[in-house]
Amino acid sequence: MGKIVIDNNRCKSCYICTETCPKKLIKKSDKTNRLGDYMVEFDDPNGECIGCAMCAKRCPDLAITEVWR
Amino acid sequence: MQQVFSIPKSFKENFKYTFCPGCDHGVAIRLVAEVLDELNLTEKTISSTSIGCSVFLYDFLNVDCVEAPHGRALASATGVKRAQPDKVVFTYSGDGDFASIGLAESMHTALRGEKITSFMINNTTYGMTGGQLGPTTTMGQKTTTSPMGRNREYYGYPIKMAEHIALCDGTAFSARVALDSIPHINEAKKAIKKAFQVQLEGLGFGFVEILSSCPTNWHMTPEQAHERIRGEMSEIFPLGIYKNIMGD
Amino acid sequence: MENGKLKMENSDKILIKGNYAIAQAAVNAGCQCYFGYPITPQTEIGEYLSGKMQELGRGYVCAESELAAINMVMGAVSTGVKAMTSSSSCAVALMQEALSYAASDELPVVLVNVMRTGPGLGYIYPAQGDYNQSVYGGGNGDYKIIVIAPSNVQECIDYTYRAFYLAQKYRNPVILLADGLLGQMMEPANFGEYPYPEVDVSSWALSGAKGRDARAIYSCAREEAKQIQHIIDLHKKFEVIAENETSYEEFGVSDADIILTAFGSMTRNIKAAMKVLREKGIKAGCFRPITLNPFPNNRIEELSKLGKDFIVVEMNMGQMFKDVKYAVNGNSKVELVNRPCGEWLSVEEIVSSVEKVMEKNYAASI
Repeated sequence: MGKIVIDNNRCKSCYICTETCPKKLIKKSDKTNRLGDYMVEFDDPNGECIGCAMCAKRCPDLAITEVWR
Repeated sequence: MQQVFSIPKSFKENFKYTFCPGCDHGVAIRLVAEVLDELNLTEKTISSTSIGCSVFLYDFLNVDCVEAPHGRALASATGVKRAQPDKVVFTYSGDGDFASIGLAESMHTALRGEKITSFMINNTTYGMTGGQLGPTTTMGQKTTTSPMGRNREYYGYPIKMAEHIALCDGTAFSARVALDSIPHINEAKKAIKKAFQVQLEGLGFGFVEILSSCPTNWHMTPEQAHERIRGEMSEIFPLGIYKNIMGD
Repeated sequence: MENGKLKMENSDKILIKGNYAIAQAAVNAGCQCYFGYPITPQTEIGEYLSGKMQELGRGYVCAESELAAINMVMGAVSTGVKAMTSSSSCAVALMQEALSYAASDELPVVLVNVMRTGPGLGYIYPAQGDYNQSVYGGGNGDYKIIVIAPSNVQECIDYTYRAFYLAQKYRNPVILLADGLLGQMMEPANFGEYPYPEVDVSSWALSGAKGRDARAIYSCAREEAKQIQHIIDLHKKFEVIAENETSYEEFGVSDADIILTAFGSMTRNIKAAMKVLREKGIKAGCFRPITLNPFPNNRIEELSKLGKDFIVVEMNMGQMFKDVKYAVNGNSKVELVNRPCGEWLSVEEIVSSVEKVMEKNYAASI
């Protein structure tokens, strides 16, 4: 059981996190940011996140600001 | 639940990176910040920043910084350390700054065994100016100034900095790491920590060459760029610790 | 000797070479770090300080180049200590980029230039060809460096003290512009005590962000409006420097018809030439800018408005000559007596040149 917090003001939509998450819980959203890029969102309806923090460790922009487990 | 990841305290409040999407500079600086936090160095550190994509370090980190002209970060850092031997001094440069225009300063700083820590981002190109051939550009790599690819006749060969620095007697630690995967990022952080520790122990020069992606100028997606680091780049620039007089 | 300081009573003088005088004065001034690279005719400064700084536990690096040396100074002074480098003309050329940065960064860099001839390698003949390089600079952008030119070994000491003080007082680079003649010359001189108060650098010096926000010293403001303001502020600062620190000396100008003007060690010869000319019935005076930047424009203009003509005597092709002309602004005549390098213009040569100028300019009225 874990969770993450995404700061979409920091996110530049490189999507490294979507590839990294072992449970594929981070998805490209259909909402766009101020640059017109599709933002990412944490979508974990079944509580699958294990709080491994791999997404945060690979995020080049520290847009994943918190990881809990 | 317990918080297992947070933004390192060595960052400025509300900082925002100005790098391109997917650029590994962001990861490298975060690792430096985490190590500064863990070793409790933030308040006694002075950094000398260089020119290139690395120039705006002072916008991100909550450490004192003095800007040096292009290639002169290690000379400036030498001045800082000689004036303030009790402070922790580090530089953070690109390959253009460290291995091309600043090669003399880099090598001599290592030869003198200055008790400072230096990080060099190796992304095989001049990023800020838009992707020109640099000292680390690989054979065959196409850049805006090597449109047919790097060849021996016109451009010669890329430099292997971690090996060169390791050959200097004043060097206490020299390693090459990469930021393409979680295991490599973990290794990178260990090396960055070691490079600071040899300074703290007064053993000599600490150096880490960091293989990093430049998706924009490589014309690749971030994932393709990391694939290149794992493949071609790691063959030319093998990862590993080239010198460590401290031992483990 | 006490803490490395050469302490002397006010009346005591020792015979000392200019380069050694500058080096010991730097020690007395509290210079904590010296970084340098050998070049004739200033090498004695680095040689002397290599031993002295180590004895005192201060910073010393045999830098790999002049580029590295001046950047080491920038790093050191950014932490609030006094530091300097020394070099000579063609190698000072290598430092121009750093001077531009240091001026924009507002770093109190002290650079001693013991001039030799140029352009290019120029060999080791003494010359004054770095007036333009020092005053107008070879670096990019709009910046100004304080330039002080000593004329004898005593002034090498006094103005080394002054260079360290002004650099920190105004957070501006300072060049002590000596020449090969002064560097290699021995004269009696007195070190006295460093006469200036210590400048408080605590508001800007880098010391680690403990109990305060991090500080950054950098040269570019990025945003257009800020960059414009930054450059304007640097120039406003220099106006204050000009107001407070412009210095010159003059002899016999009040009744003079013609004023010999020189800087640095050529001052010695125009003083002697003035006496000879006076004996010959020519009402000559002497004017000598001590600070070449800020330049004593106002005083030269005043004198020119009194109808006094100027003869600029210098060991270059007429570099300060242009600044004197600019200050005179057509109010009176300005002539040049010069040689590009080598043996200093002798008193006899200056006198005969002045007489020729007088003949040419005043033939009708004599």
